[in-house]
Amino acid sequence: MPFDILAHLKALCAAPGLPGHEAPARDLLRAAWSPLTHWLETDRLGSLCATRQGGGPRPRPRLMLAAHVDTIGMLVTRLDGDFLRMSRLGDVDERTLPGQLVTVHGRHDLPGVIGQPPAYLLPKNGREQVTPLSELVVDTGLPAERLRALVQAGDLVSLAQPARELQNGLLAARGLDNRASVTALTLALSELQSRAHAWDVVAVATVQEEFGLRGAGPAAFALAPDLAIVIDVTFGRDANTRDLAYRTFPLGGGPVLGLGPNIHTGLHSAVKAAAERAEIPYNLEVMWEHSGTDAFGIQVAREGIPTMVISIPVRNMHTPVEIVALADVIRTGRLLAEFAAGLDPGFMGQLALD
Amino acid sequence: MQALIRRLTESYGPSGSEDQIRDVVRGEIRGLADYVTIDPLGNLIAVVKKKAKSGKKIMLAAHLDEVGFVVSHIDAQGFARVQLFGGVNPLACVGSRVRFADGRLGVIGIEARRDDLTKVPAVNELYIDVGATNAADCPLRLGDAAGFWRPMELAGRRLIAKSLDDRIGVAILIETLRSLKQTPHEVAFVFSVQEEVGTRGAGAAAFGLEADVGLAVDVTRAGDTPNGPRMEVRLGGGPAIKVRDARMIADPRVRELLEQRAREAGLATQREVLEGGSTDAAAMQIARGGMPAGAIAVPTRYIHTPSEMVELGDVQACVALLTRFLQRPIEL
Amino acid sequence: MPPRKASNTRLPARRTAARAAKSGPALAPLDLDLVRELSNAAGVSGDEGAVRRLILEAIRPYAAEARVDALGNVLAVKPAARGRQAPRVLVAAHMDEVGLMIVDHDSDGALRFELVGGVNERMLLGKPVWVGPRRLPGVIGAAPVHLVSAERRRAVTRLGQMRIDIGAGSQEAARRQVALGERATFATEFDLLDGVFRGKALDDRLGCAALVALLRGGPYPVTLHAAFTVQEEVGLRGARVAGYALAPDAALALDCTPAQDLPDSRGRENTQYNARLGHGPVVYRADRRAIADHRLVEHLAATAEANGLPYQYRQPGGGGTDAGALQQARAGVPVASVSVPARYLHGPAALARAADAEQTLRLLQLALAGWTASVLKRP
Repeated sequence: MPFDILAHLKALCAAPGLPGHEAPARDLLRAAWSPLTHWLETDRLGSLCATRQGGGPRPRPRLMLAAHVDTIGMLVTRLDGDFLRMSRLGDVDERTLPGQLVTVHGRHDLPGVIGQPPAYLLPKNGREQVTPLSELVVDTGLPAERLRALVQAGDLVSLAQPARELQNGLLAARGLDNRASVTALTLALSELQSRAHAWDVVAVATVQEEFGLRGAGPAAFALAPDLAIVIDVTFGRDANTRDLAYRTFPLGGGPVLGLGPNIHTGLHSAVKAAAERAEIPYNLEVMWEHSGTDAFGIQVAREGIPTMVISIPVRNMHTPVEIVALADVIRTGRLLAEFAAGLDPGFMGQLALD
Repeated sequence: MQALIRRLTESYGPSGSEDQIRDVVRGEIRGLADYVTIDPLGNLIAVVKKKAKSGKKIMLAAHLDEVGFVVSHIDAQGFARVQLFGGVNPLACVGSRVRFADGRLGVIGIEARRDDLTKVPAVNELYIDVGATNAADCPLRLGDAAGFWRPMELAGRRLIAKSLDDRIGVAILIETLRSLKQTPHEVAFVFSVQEEVGTRGAGAAAFGLEADVGLAVDVTRAGDTPNGPRMEVRLGGGPAIKVRDARMIADPRVRELLEQRAREAGLATQREVLEGGSTDAAAMQIARGGMPAGAIAVPTRYIHTPSEMVELGDVQACVALLTRFLQRPIEL
Repeated sequence: MPPRKASNTRLPARRTAARAAKSGPALAPLDLDLVRELSNAAGVSGDEGAVRRLILEAIRPYAAEARVDALGNVLAVKPAARGRQAPRVLVAAHMDEVGLMIVDHDSDGALRFELVGGVNERMLLGKPVWVGPRRLPGVIGAAPVHLVSAERRRAVTRLGQMRIDIGAGSQEAARRQVALGERATFATEFDLLDGVFRGKALDDRLGCAALVALLRGGPYPVTLHAAFTVQEEVGLRGARVAGYALAPDAALALDCTPAQDLPDSRGRENTQYNARLGHGPVVYRADRRAIADHRLVEHLAATAEANGLPYQYRQPGGGGTDAGALQQARAGVPVASVSVPARYLHGPAALARAADAEQTLRLLQLALAGWTASVLKRP
């Protein structure tokens, strides 16, 4: 490997980057992508677009590889004495919040804990059930006066569990959704350095996916790519998901290729062929309506863009202890590189419907 | 400014039926802008042209439309059954008066034999009575729209009126246009349509205008009422600068610039962290390749009822802040 | 029984059409054989190929230009009778239908599925389906009433408990026959008797057939852009990119809308019927996705009244058509929708009246034929 994937992924997971406030993660990524690409720009909403120029004749078709770089978290709604009240930015899982470590991004970063009020302080119907976010507090331990000097409504709160390496090449961390996919993008860019590719390849770290898929559509509008592949996470199989109706995917089983109205059939087949060429194992995921990813916005940008979704299985999604298999990240990166390198200048002609 | 707010709030204009209120606004801004257009969806756009090379293109939006009712059926007795345009508060409906495009008044009634009288009325339990004695006698047709009807009143330093959401924003834009003596920027004042049914007008206008920065001027809720919404915003605390709402996260650069301009002018501001509802800025932010966007909100009580309330001082501070924002350089 | 020939059925006289035809554009009739073929074709959202091929074949000789875009929309043009300055009017009808999608193979060879679009769960049990591009027959079965408890017999069977049985017998055999992601539709053969259509996917194959007829007739005083769209049932997705590509001066969605004009079980007035069968074309003033442009509604109503055509306003409320997406295209497009009323849409067998469909087509033809610059003039 030309670079230390594990270190890169851990560093990315450690960087804050709530929806609409992705700058820390973007800065880290800019440094990593800059030596691997010919030019970089940040679009009007903050998505980082890094282009590797292809070797084919002009006008060169353009492949967009998009993974969102924002992570879920919270936002201070108001100060309540010594405590902070919060609202969610993205679908944070309340079940995992009591006792959770957080960082409050006030005038400077403050460590904090999410406090669970005792039952007798909660509304009657809240005692038996999981305490809703609106009843939980963020506690920095500071007295009200000091807190007021450092924090105001609108300040951000990040989940703050550090990454931990588990057995068998698994990594547990906050923000693997979707920093695992961003790492696969870095890997693909790195592999493409030593491989010829006819198309321009644009890696895009999109913003605000966790807050209504808002960044990817505008990014696709501005780039107007010929094809787009979205890399995101999907549901990993474990004891918690084994019995659910939804088909889940084994960690270490390779990337998961999406199918459905959000995905172009021809593009799906071409990615599958690339996986088979490179002997990369994969699974299939049926996305019968909305793919739940940036592909939803990208597909309908401008006059319509053939779109594909590749997913990396992750356990415990939207908790601060998401788990991924490094092998899947690496295979996804290789698959992207294999597909991009295999695109010939006339590929669009093969994609036409009827 | 009170007389202006009265003319605006006492005008008719539920979503999709903005012709009358648009004409009122058109009259108010006559001669103030370099040119005025109406776009395909009916947004009224007044443009002040760029005066300096370094100037940016700024889009401001305040929506013309108000929440309302649309006739869905005329029953045998001549009562009009309705659907809602926008998030009308059903608790505010019973006994309220509404007005149709032709000026006809009606009163909202509710079925008396409901399954559970303690429950919030469902929309299919409400009806509008315009004095008809049977279906043939009822002058309404399916699809006719009505808005609440109430005159504006003054209560100390505060105003009570229907449709302050968002005629107060419209008034702020008009006053800003009047007071804006100098600006280096090209400024498009957009009086938008169909905000209450999903920010439909402003998104299209934003596509057409291709501005560098966008701001919506709208209302937000206030947390300073008995057992009120859980937010810090209060009446009299100054303009609320949007951080987030249900559909958008304001661009932090826009928010910070607004806060900076307020500090320079010695204007108090608040931060709006709203969990329900949104504004035109949500649609503007994702038009084309994206637009850095934010919002200035007037703290307002009793939103989407016939008696919304704002404080005049907050309104005047919004005009002052917006004017200063437009007069100074805008670099993000 | 052999399928009944469409020509066996008498349709309402076309007096208004004949009168208008003397001075205006040719008004092509609704092609009932095409309606049958379209209804029987499978085209669940995202997999509209079979319908698209039928439509391309049907319009090829009549459209000046027909192309298929990146999402699969068919975009065709009928130039105006004269003048390049003629307004450009887009008429959209969606090719896709609601249906099922195969998501897993059970160990016994039964197929798990999910719903694409707003299929009513209550309509699934005990229905035959066609699975995949080869239209493999299958059924959605139900446990025998003899064996289920009284309580379970009353409960609506949920999607998670239903399977499609193609008779595979084993997981391996099922995998050989049906791939993940294949779609299934209700296996209902179109039928036409006494002026009534019975079939699946009338929503919106009736609109598609009418739009084909619009292309076959004309030319009109406007440039007609016909968009046969994809993925309407999963969020108006095809119309969104079609509207962007074509950027018309006005757009009309031509769709099918539920007639809920059934009696109230307690004998009260049905105040939520949405639209009524037999009352002619359904003109929208507002639904959940769009408020129709007042000028276009006025033009449609005036056209109907001037030509003695019946029409009804749809009850404002939920639902939406491609007009919702078309209105938001680029800097905005004035829109309206006209639908054929039909009962039991989004199920195995919808019912519609030929007269309503014919009159809907006629209203569109006459509205295009009578289009002038004043239609979009603001008061």
